[in-house]
Amino acid sequence: MSPFLVSFKLAIWTTIILLPIGMLLGRWLAFARFKGKAWVESLVLLPLVLPPTVIGYYLLLVFSPESFSGSLVAQWFGQPLVFTFPGLVVASVIVNLPFAVQPMQLAYSSLPLEVREAAWVSGLSSFETWWHIELPQIWQGILGSATLIFSHTLGEFGVVLLVGGNIEGSTRTVSIAIYDHVQAFDMQSAGWYSLALLVLSLAALLVVRINTHNKAGHA
Amino acid sequence: MSVNTHPPAELDPSDKSLWVSLRNQSAPILNVEMQCRPGEMLALVGPSGSGKSTVLRTIAGLQKVDFGHIRCNGETWLHTKHRNDVKVQQRHVGMVFQHYALFPHKSVEENVSLAIRGSTRAEKKQIAASWLERTNMTGLEKRKPGQLSGGQKQRVALARALASNPSVLLLDEPFSAVDQQTRRKLYRELAKLRRGLDIPMVLVTHDVGEVQQLADSMCLIHKGQTLQQGSVHEVISAPESKAIAKLLGHQNLFAASVSNQDSTHTSYELGGTETLHGEPSDLAPGTRVTLLIAPSAISLADNSSHDNAEHNVLHGVVRDAVSMGDEWSITVHLHTVTKSLRFRVPQHLLSSSHVAAGSPISVNIRRSGILAINDTHSM
Repeated sequence: MSPFLVSFKLAIWTTIILLPIGMLLGRWLAFARFKGKAWVESLVLLPLVLPPTVIGYYLLLVFSPESFSGSLVAQWFGQPLVFTFPGLVVASVIVNLPFAVQPMQLAYSSLPLEVREAAWVSGLSSFETWWHIELPQIWQGILGSATLIFSHTLGEFGVVLLVGGNIEGSTRTVSIAIYDHVQAFDMQSAGWYSLALLVLSLAALLVVRINTHNKAGHA
Repeated sequence: MSVNTHPPAELDPSDKSLWVSLRNQSAPILNVEMQCRPGEMLALVGPSGSGKSTVLRTIAGLQKVDFGHIRCNGETWLHTKHRNDVKVQQRHVGMVFQHYALFPHKSVEENVSLAIRGSTRAEKKQIAASWLERTNMTGLEKRKPGQLSGGQKQRVALARALASNPSVLLLDEPFSAVDQQTRRKLYRELAKLRRGLDIPMVLVTHDVGEVQQLADSMCLIHKGQTLQQGSVHEVISAPESKAIAKLLGHQNLFAASVSNQDSTHTSYELGGTETLHGEPSDLAPGTRVTLLIAPSAISLADNSSHDNAEHNVLHGVVRDAVSMGDEWSITVHLHTVTKSLRFRVPQHLLSSSHVAAGSPISVNIRRSGILAINDTHSM
């Protein structure tokens, strides 16, 4: 499998897994008031400021088949996670958590409580309120989350290298392939890969920004 | 209290009234009792922060209290003693929020039809259309709330609240966000609309003028406490305590004591030097009272006038006179009492030289316009 396919597969899996998690976590953090909320928010944001190698190091410890946690993980997944594609997905999900939660939390925070209360008073159940009232108003947050997760996963390097190793066809993503090509003085291949990532990332961000401006223009 | 506000011990399924009894020992402190009959518009009046919105939200099921008992439409909605707390969705409440709380992404018609339960799509559309017609919104069904004026938003909110066929209508300061002109129009529309509604209606407001125009009865709340409930006229013209009189915006409140009492009149002594005569009452001599003098009972008198069977005459000097429309609002410093008296007279009766500060002035106070509030009864 080409590094591009590996990268895309990883980005799609990460996005699919993280969107519902981000939606639930973001909604909870936007609406709930509880003690220790600052702690939860800080933990969620941690991957944003921590060097990816630090996260990768701890994940290696947790996944290591010699450790207790690693044997549990291996039992759960049917195989050890270190240097495998599923391991890469788990690592990617953790690293991308802030990108999934932040836009959703922001979108939910902008929903006035009074509007949700009006829905409840009108007889709409919690699920109906979510479906009819919340979801149509937070789709921008969903789009923002998805774009950020997808493009950030394409570009992730440190964690992928540490947890996935660099196994061709399985855990070798585009960003690692670029690194390899540069190391091998194959600047032309590195150039093509880099250009492709650049265009893809820019396109993704443009989709979100243009949508935001369109919405702002209509309101 | 002129109205029995305790819910009856036995639940009567045919009693469609709203009964509310709430206590909260933590903030916001509450101690509220009220009742509202079907077809009655009860105004919940109090200054901001008095807890009136909390009461409304608790009736809707949006807020919790320590102890509460709420009955409506022959059902128990809340009985904390029995751990009975019906969910907001099952209470069937029609509520108009202060800022309307319309669904911003839905059209006017969808806003209304979303609140209609258990009907087919076609039926919902028909019911929504009929309520939008009754609230004068026909023709604007396809618009989004963002394209509506404040008054139009309020009409949609009212249509949405009523389209669900609710067992109570709750209005949370619904006119506070629209201009004066729109407000008057909306008052008229609501007054017309409510004639066909046979459910209890509760209107939260701090505007006594609004209460007089729209409500049948009022319940006065201050610092979470029910102070007085009764018909609007009764509460405004005969407040039970000085605090209530002040909350209602009454001026001309004088501390006095009953000095004499007979079959023709009651005499009140103000500050030891002035005596006012009022209608006969059952107050014993020596009772401390607060006299409330209605501005409409005060008129101008000649300098040579004396007390007679209908009027008291007081003399003083003008402290200030402000021109308001075609009236003077005059504050008079009385010779015998330290507190000033405030009243209004039509401008054509007095030239501005007569009301210059320091000018002597005499006023008549009609005996029937003097209300004595027994201080020993009030809180």
